[in-house]
Amino acid sequence: MSIETTTQDQRSNEKPLIDVRNLQTAFFTDKETIRAVDGISVNIDAGETVGIVGESGSGKSVTARSIMGLVEKPGQILKGSSARFHQLETVKAYASEFSDHTVEVSQLRDQHNPQDLLDRIQSDISPETFDRDNRSDITLTDILAAGYGDKLGITSERDCVFITGRSGNRPENITSGFIELTRLEGEMQRKMRGGRITMVFQDPLTSLNPVFTVGNQIKEALDLHRGLTGEEATREAVELLEAVGIPDAGRRVDEYPHQFSGGMRQRAVIAMALACEPELLICDEPTTALDVTIQAQILELLEEIQEERDIGIMFITHDMGVIAEVSDRVNVMYAGEVIEKADVISLFENPKHPYTRGLLQSIPGGQGGDRLQTIEGNVPTPNEPADYCRFAQRCPKAFDACDVVHPKHVEVSEQNDHTAACLLYPEEKSQAGAVSLHREKGKAGDGDRMRGEKQ
Amino acid sequence: MSQNLVESGAEVSSDRRREREKLVEIRNLKTYYGESGLFGGRPVKAVDGVSFDIFNGETLGLVGESGCGKTTLGRTLLQLEDATGGEVRYDGTDITELSGDELYQWRRNAQMVFQDPDSSLNDRMTVGEIVREPLDVYEWGTPQECREHVKELLDIVGLRPEHYYRYPHQFSGGQRQRIGIARTLALEPDFMVLDEPVSALDVSVQAEIINLLEDLQEEFGLTYLFIAHDLSVVQHICDRVAVMYLGNIMEIGPTDELFNNPANPYTHSLLSAIPKPDPTATADRITLHGTPPNPRYPPNGCPFNTRCPARIRPPEYEQLDDEIWMGINTLRDVLLERQRADRSLRERIRERLGRQTRFASVDETYDDLFGHLNIPQDAASVLDEIVDYAADNDEDQALAVLTEEFGSVCEKESPEYSTVSETGRQSFCHRHSEEHARPSEVLDERY
Ligand SMILES: Nc1ncnc2c1ncn2[C@@H]1O[C@H](COP(=O)(O)OP(=O)(O)OP(=O)(O)O)[C@@H](O)[C@H]1O
Ligand code: SF4
Ligand code: SF4
Ligand SMILES: [Mg+2]
Repeated sequence: MSIETTTQDQRSNEKPLIDVRNLQTAFFTDKETIRAVDGISVNIDAGETVGIVGESGSGKSVTARSIMGLVEKPGQILKGSSARFHQLETVKAYASEFSDHTVEVSQLRDQHNPQDLLDRIQSDISPETFDRDNRSDITLTDILAAGYGDKLGITSERDCVFITGRSGNRPENITSGFIELTRLEGEMQRKMRGGRITMVFQDPLTSLNPVFTVGNQIKEALDLHRGLTGEEATREAVELLEAVGIPDAGRRVDEYPHQFSGGMRQRAVIAMALACEPELLICDEPTTALDVTIQAQILELLEEIQEERDIGIMFITHDMGVIAEVSDRVNVMYAGEVIEKADVISLFENPKHPYTRGLLQSIPGGQGGDRLQTIEGNVPTPNEPADYCRFAQRCPKAFDACDVVHPKHVEVSEQNDHTAACLLYPEEKSQAGAVSLHREKGKAGDGDRMRGEKQ
Repeated sequence: MSQNLVESGAEVSSDRRREREKLVEIRNLKTYYGESGLFGGRPVKAVDGVSFDIFNGETLGLVGESGCGKTTLGRTLLQLEDATGGEVRYDGTDITELSGDELYQWRRNAQMVFQDPDSSLNDRMTVGEIVREPLDVYEWGTPQECREHVKELLDIVGLRPEHYYRYPHQFSGGQRQRIGIARTLALEPDFMVLDEPVSALDVSVQAEIINLLEDLQEEFGLTYLFIAHDLSVVQHICDRVAVMYLGNIMEIGPTDELFNNPANPYTHSLLSAIPKPDPTATADRITLHGTPPNPRYPPNGCPFNTRCPARIRPPEYEQLDDEIWMGINTLRDVLLERQRADRSLRERIRERLGRQTRFASVDETYDDLFGHLNIPQDAASVLDEIVDYAADNDEDQALAVLTEEFGSVCEKESPEYSTVSETGRQSFCHRHSEEHARPSEVLDERY
């Protein structure tokens, strides 16, 4: 089956809110190319919290910034990366406002066969490039979203709204589609960032301007994204501050950020984020700088907000305790890659990847008294293509193949969607069998793994 | 030795208990900042009268929220900060009285390791020079001996001899912390204050440093004061723990007891706030509202009374709904806040123009807090009175009425230390006296 079928289209309403596939972001410095994010795939549904955990330098923040379109030079998102925002209302709004940048994939299907297109693409590609298992699974949508349509003359560089299903000609008739975040620019980018997707950083002062009152900053967001001004905006700003638990909001709305305590500032930032009624909230270590008692307040607040507004949350932290508490599903990152993903319970009760296991064992507490387990060495900087296991130098289970074969994600338990990228799996296979499976997965396409082609 | 055994009066199971001789005795220690300040204003009471002992060879943990005075206390113990009052007896000598050469000589015994390995090492010195510096300062041995000693120290902390000539920026965070530790060990101190030594490190690296610290203690018989906000690290490494809040020690005692069966309401709250790396853990969480008060304006009575979930309520309002109590607490926070806040010029002008912003917003706050609740007549009339004062911008009077009516011994009198277990654990709370319910009972009931 090589042609995208309508069944696949109809499924699209159940698609995740955001679907990140093979995201790759590299920093091209004079000395080296740092593959800060090296082919990660993550998806988040509305109302769900997906955790991203990893040690310093593992690429968590770059992941968040890539989705937000905040990667700055010398950083770049590489071709083959895709981050699809599926929220239907937003897709309709974009299709009507930016019709010049809208691609009707449903109509293009008659003219293009994905398999033929794949043959014409010059770059190294494999099913993995599109986060697919088999070449025959690759769809036209995959090819276009990953940015290969431009050279093939199907899309133009600024196209970013992709319509995959409609029941009529008008924007309201769109039944499925997405906005490709890695292709957004200018006005389209501004409306997305801070409008549909907002971010809360570790340091609230990065989001707050010291020379304006907190109220004015919230009102600015209200004006920009919801067209509220004057009295109405003031009232809404006060209500938002109240909603995030700032007492005496009527007075505090006129105060400056420096008059707020750390926890209160983070609340104000969250109020600002909510001002735009986002669908997706990306939180990068939002509580790391706070005391535990204040952290507890903020986590409680986020949970309440999520329940009320059904937003999707990407929650980034290095703290395993926080991850356990907030996440529905977890991705563990190491040196730019996601090395294990699972629902939160499986991950903690039944970790499979040697790194995840080591990480959980090195947390003090629980085992009490005993010597702490450690992981020798440090997180390496991912400055070469990953054609080996980046954890091999520190892994207590490493064997020869680990230095020459890149582990792929494979199912590691009966629990659905629990995968790890380690050559020890699938467990039921012999070691040689497992290794050749990983090797095959890497080769399954025509080419090898992506070698960092700029977009 | 046998003498000590008798004194401790217990069958000694752990090696550490055996030497329960006091190394440091701290009595009513106070460190205030800006006391004699130009403005003659109120001092910041960073450490506000603490008393405890540190035993030879133990690791005493010091935990609490940021700004509660942990670092100041640590620094005062080493006389890196001048004590405002009280005593620090170290092997019998009150070091707050030392000065000049005596202090300088004493300092060799006691050293500090800092939180941030990045900023505490001079990037223009080689690792060798950094570790050596204290030796040079104290004119320790010949250059040859110093170099040998430094190499030995590098080896002890798990660095290699060739690292001697490298610069700190060539090292990872964990290795930099090792450099800092080597430097601290140079003069062979007995006592070390470790101020958040692993907070800036990744978990897997942090574990190595913790293991190193434990090894060093074993090998050299060191005594540690271990300051941290990460309670799981403290639980792992410390023999005893002191819990600090707003310049006071709220509870102090053996680690296991304190973690498994906390006595003080603040310890209860702090422990319950820690997220556990176990997604199935049922979070029976006590979420504290608000933030710790400004140490320039600590509350009267118990330092924790503005946030305490177990605060004693006056008997006539014992039956009042928890939600109403929450409202009263928030109202009090708001009033305290306003009492202190500088009224901006703009606000004053607006007031004069008859647009009484504060008036309007007190009413709003009141509605917000109590509007949806059914308040009994007696409480309602007092609340009305309070709001009237507040609307007149008389926060002092409003607060006085609030405390008079809804306050209790928690607002009026400072608690005293009570011994709460056989090991001599101490807790600073009125609820340990006979006439009140125990903190844990109250918390069970209220949460
Ligand atoms: N502007 C930049 N220029 C060059 N390299 C960068 C830049 N920003 C990030 N990197 C590199 O990308 C990698 C991933 O960094 P990132 O900030 O995403 O890590 P992180 O997981 O968020 O770490 P932390 O826990 O410390 O916040 C690191 O090797 C980092 O040095
Ligand atoms: S692939 Fe090899 S080195 Fe990597 S985690 Fe698995 S066993 Fe360890
Ligand atoms: S004295 Fe009162 S306010 Fe202080 S901890 Fe005890 S119950 Fe709470
Ligand atoms: Mg980060």
